[in-house]
Amino acid sequence: MKVVEKYHAITVDTDKCTGCTHCMKSCPTEAIRIRGGVAKINADRCVDCGNCLRACPVDAFYVEHDSLEQLNKYKYRVVLFPSVMIGQFPETYTEGKIYEALLKLGFTHIFEVEQPIGLLIDEIKQEVKESSHKPMISSFCPAIVRLIQSRYPSLVENIVPVKAPHDLAACHAIELLAKEGAKREEIGTFYVSPCSAKMAAVKRPMGEEVSAVDGLIKMSDLYNHIMRVIEKEEKTDTAPLRKNLTLDGILWSLPRGEARHFKRNSMAVDGIHNVVKILERMENDEVPELDFLELKSCHQGCAGGILLTGNRFLTVERLQKRSKRYPHASSIDISAVSCLGIKDKMKAEPIEPRYVFALDTDRLKALDKMQKVERILCQLPGIDCGGCGAPNCHALAEDMVQGKAKMTDCVFLQNRYLNENKITIEKATKNLEKAWGKNRFDADCNRRGGRNEGF
Amino acid sequence: MKLEFDIASGDFSKAGRASSRIKKMLKQLQVDPKVIKRIVVAIYEAEVNVVAHSVGGKMLAEIDGTGITVIVQDNGPGIEDIEKAMQEGYSTATKAVRNMGFGAGMGLPNINRNTDEFTIESELGVGTVLTFRNNF
Repeated sequence: MKVVEKYHAITVDTDKCTGCTHCMKSCPTEAIRIRGGVAKINADRCVDCGNCLRACPVDAFYVEHDSLEQLNKYKYRVVLFPSVMIGQFPETYTEGKIYEALLKLGFTHIFEVEQPIGLLIDEIKQEVKESSHKPMISSFCPAIVRLIQSRYPSLVENIVPVKAPHDLAACHAIELLAKEGAKREEIGTFYVSPCSAKMAAVKRPMGEEVSAVDGLIKMSDLYNHIMRVIEKEEKTDTAPLRKNLTLDGILWSLPRGEARHFKRNSMAVDGIHNVVKILERMENDEVPELDFLELKSCHQGCAGGILLTGNRFLTVERLQKRSKRYPHASSIDISAVSCLGIKDKMKAEPIEPRYVFALDTDRLKALDKMQKVERILCQLPGIDCGGCGAPNCHALAEDMVQGKAKMTDCVFLQNRYLNENKITIEKATKNLEKAWGKNRFDADCNRRGGRNEGF
Repeated sequence: MKLEFDIASGDFSKAGRASSRIKKMLKQLQVDPKVIKRIVVAIYEAEVNVVAHSVGGKMLAEIDGTGITVIVQDNGPGIEDIEKAMQEGYSTATKAVRNMGFGAGMGLPNINRNTDEFTIESELGVGTVLTFRNNF
């Protein structure tokens, strides 16, 4: 099996992190533990879904990205952004004004990544038609692809092996510029990402060696830049830049944006926890006969992306309205937009499973560990408080059999051991400090934790 | 490793508990996904059988280093004609059960097809015992 480099986009800023456990509890793959008072991410388990960024009350997570200064390195500066970016702006900012602002920021060419979507639709339909693994699962959301690789390895063959729109759009843009006489090294392609998962996908594409994207810009950063330079009035007509955009492209990253092309033989699920429930059922052959399953990690699809500024429902609303002003993909002649050359670049390499949740590669040892987990669970309180630095009692028990935690890490057990004089106060304090760091429990007005919405 | 699950009659909402628990365990043992799929289908069918046709029963599963053995036993009513019950499409399920999407007469054949070893014993008025095994 091919060795996949362990890369994930999300890192913890240990200066900001207060070790509050919100991220740990929201992580769908139980990849986070609190050690030394700060969150630690297990790179093997992380699928870059961004739930931790969402949950963090102090913005302690960051994703590696480039600044607009990188633009200066290139003669041709291409911005590739998904259509959802337009949707997050209030309606008073027309798409024309937003395009003007992008040119003002120094970009020379603007492409919405869903422009060659017609090609992608045809390719996916073809793949679905030829496949014996039904339903085929969309490969659009990188967090979902990684989730399937690690937690649902039996379903990897159901993933449609096509490239992501941003890679296609980058190829498309490079090809168009090459026709104008531009050299590859003169072209800088900058992808504006709506989420951490797409950022990781650019750094570590699904099968291919390198992405055609040269720089990564956070959508939230670009939003701020645009708002800084955007004009009250539209001065020039930028509409020709959008001539290849289609209704299907604009809707692509929203719920049912992909599935609608398979009509009733499809289903769309958004929200990673909902996706987990569907994948569990799919593994048991409990889903109806479908051709295509669209799974997106964020609620409301990319409109709910972690790096978007606007409200997800307002974003969907604006995009649906916007899409109605554009033609259907089928009505656009693909040869006319001259991206036939990227047709052979559509296919991605097959996706390999990654067994990161196995207890041991040796089955007998794994079985032994599993039995130990069951025995340990009888001792733990089942409160799932997170006081040990693991998301729940079960995860703590698994950490224990892997030699990463001890019985005394459980604060309740520790209290019992203290009462029974099995451990000393000094030992107990040291234990707490292992997870929570020194001075974690000194008075500090900045560590208030979160509260339910509406309070 | 031994596991035991009680299966109540008529409670379709809980059918699938044993199969999903066992599935998670087999994944942690890094069992081949194709093998897992077969055993999960077999266990789920067996669970549904007990829920739909019997007065209740239990499932015992034992995982060892080379495979998993499952014993499903119910407390009646027992199967009148095992040979018929093993035929695809034969079903004694009530209309109510069929309306819920179960009872298509594929249960036992499906279990047989998805297991490496399979035996069935049944006595009218006493109950049915299925024993099956899949090797990893």
